[in-house]
Amino acid sequence: MTTSSRFLPEERRLDANMLAGPLSEIFAVDLTPAFRRCSMCGHGGAFAQLHVYVDCPGLVARCPNCQSLVLRLVRNGNTVWLDLGGTGCLRLHLE
Amino acid sequence: MSLFSRGFRGRRSAQETRLPPGQYLTEDFPVLSAGPTPRVDTDTWVFTITAESGQATSWTWPEFLAFEQEHPHTDIHCVTRWSKTGTHWTGVSLDTLLAAVDTAADYALVYSYGDYTTNLPMEDLTGGQAWIVHEYEDEPLPPEHGGPARLLVPHLYFWKSAKWVRGIRLLDHNEPGFWELAGYHDYGDPWREQRYWGD
Amino acid sequence: MAGHWRSAELVGARRETDTARSLTLRMEGGWPGHRPGQHVDVRLTAEDGYTAQRSYSLSAPAEGDTIEITVQRVLEGEVSPYLVDIMEIGDRLEVRGPLGGWFVWDPASTDPVVPVGGGAGIVPLMCMVRARRKERSKALFRMLYSVRSPEERYYSGELGPPASGDGGLDVFVAYTRRVPEGAARHPGRLGIADLNTHGLPPELGPLCFVCGPTGFVEAAADALVALGHDPRKIKTERFGPTGGHP
Repeated sequence: MTTSSRFLPEERRLDANMLAGPLSEIFAVDLTPAFRRCSMCGHGGAFAQLHVYVDCPGLVARCPNCQSLVLRLVRNGNTVWLDLGGTGCLRLHLE
Repeated sequence: MSLFSRGFRGRRSAQETRLPPGQYLTEDFPVLSAGPTPRVDTDTWVFTITAESGQATSWTWPEFLAFEQEHPHTDIHCVTRWSKTGTHWTGVSLDTLLAAVDTAADYALVYSYGDYTTNLPMEDLTGGQAWIVHEYEDEPLPPEHGGPARLLVPHLYFWKSAKWVRGIRLLDHNEPGFWELAGYHDYGDPWREQRYWGD
Repeated sequence: MAGHWRSAELVGARRETDTARSLTLRMEGGWPGHRPGQHVDVRLTAEDGYTAQRSYSLSAPAEGDTIEITVQRVLEGEVSPYLVDIMEIGDRLEVRGPLGGWFVWDPASTDPVVPVGGGAGIVPLMCMVRARRKERSKALFRMLYSVRSPEERYYSGELGPPASGDGGLDVFVAYTRRVPEGAARHPGRLGIADLNTHGLPPELGPLCFVCGPTGFVEAAADALVALGHDPRKIKTERFGPTGGHP
């Protein structure tokens, strides 16, 4: 059987460093350096360290500890759907 | 947009008339997933249909394999714009499974191992249009493509064909799934190019 | 604003390997400068309006309104083959950035640094090395660079060994498939022993930057934690498995 890749989705996942660009179109502040605490498992870490799945119809970010859904971002032309339902709490230092 | 990059074409082939609008043909079978690959052992695999009454009917892997096996031969269309023609699958028709369930539901919410869900009208799951498949091209369905078993509803965009399928909840109202909550179309007919909300 | 696409012209290009090229882009409307480790998003538009975009790390500090990225050609890629093999001086594309405020090194910091790069993951770390040189930073850098073979090394003329005028910078190269003649280390993955020998002890509290393919990053970060490094001082950035962001 042929597949596009020898890699499984979890081997192809990226991290939320790559969300800086897509989110910069929406938010005035870069969320990627924020410290995040997960509302599902309590894990604390940089927003930038979320796992991001890109081989799907949108961008899906998950908690690196419990894999729970943090963010969904879908883009069609100039329309964006952003689901932040699993964000948890973010700590941001404003300039 | 006035700026373009001279010599850039992108990865597209000429439009094929037998494909839905906006799709290109691929020989590959791209692996798409919104999360880690669930590892589901057929020893513990259970598939459950829960009627709108709350009545649940479940099958183990051997019980599932004991049903009449069908061999759909079909084209598939992914909303990320690739289409693949002439794919072969083996599995059980939803008509066969639903024959054991007492229901008058109009809608279904399909759920998977992991947190994936997708919604469909019942009339698209019945009438020889949908299967729970466990073989692709005569081989056991590999985990990255949804094995041990996935839904196959080839007349809708392929995100409706949920991987690692675990069960179906039958509902008298429409309840959007994973992508349908996040901008994608409730129905997803590729021939009418129903990709996003409002298409 | 970082979120806006701005047009850029290719004004310089340099082969790094058979499959990688550094591109110098002049940003129309200027460039605000960036921090070492940051990236940009690049958007290509075909004549018929079709677009595709990818992320690429900046490989050097800005020079006025010009920036540099290094691009690895990805097998079956859509954007990278254009950037590596087709794009010519004078051609244009669009750039958004600078992006990402987390995977960044502050040249004013004197804390020791362990940069760990796998394949194309060396690119943002090279930006740190170049910024260190430009700012005459004295911060201790113990870099580990994992690459398949000598032919696939980026920046080989500039990035030691032997170190080229970068006092306080050590570079250890781990070849995973084929080593140069006379090399003492057998080819193999960069492992915990390499990180122990060629990195810095956790007692010094170094900041660790790990960048590369997903599997490489996760293995290297786990090894650093196992050696006793504080997870809060390990910053990682994952590239797609074949090099370069998807």
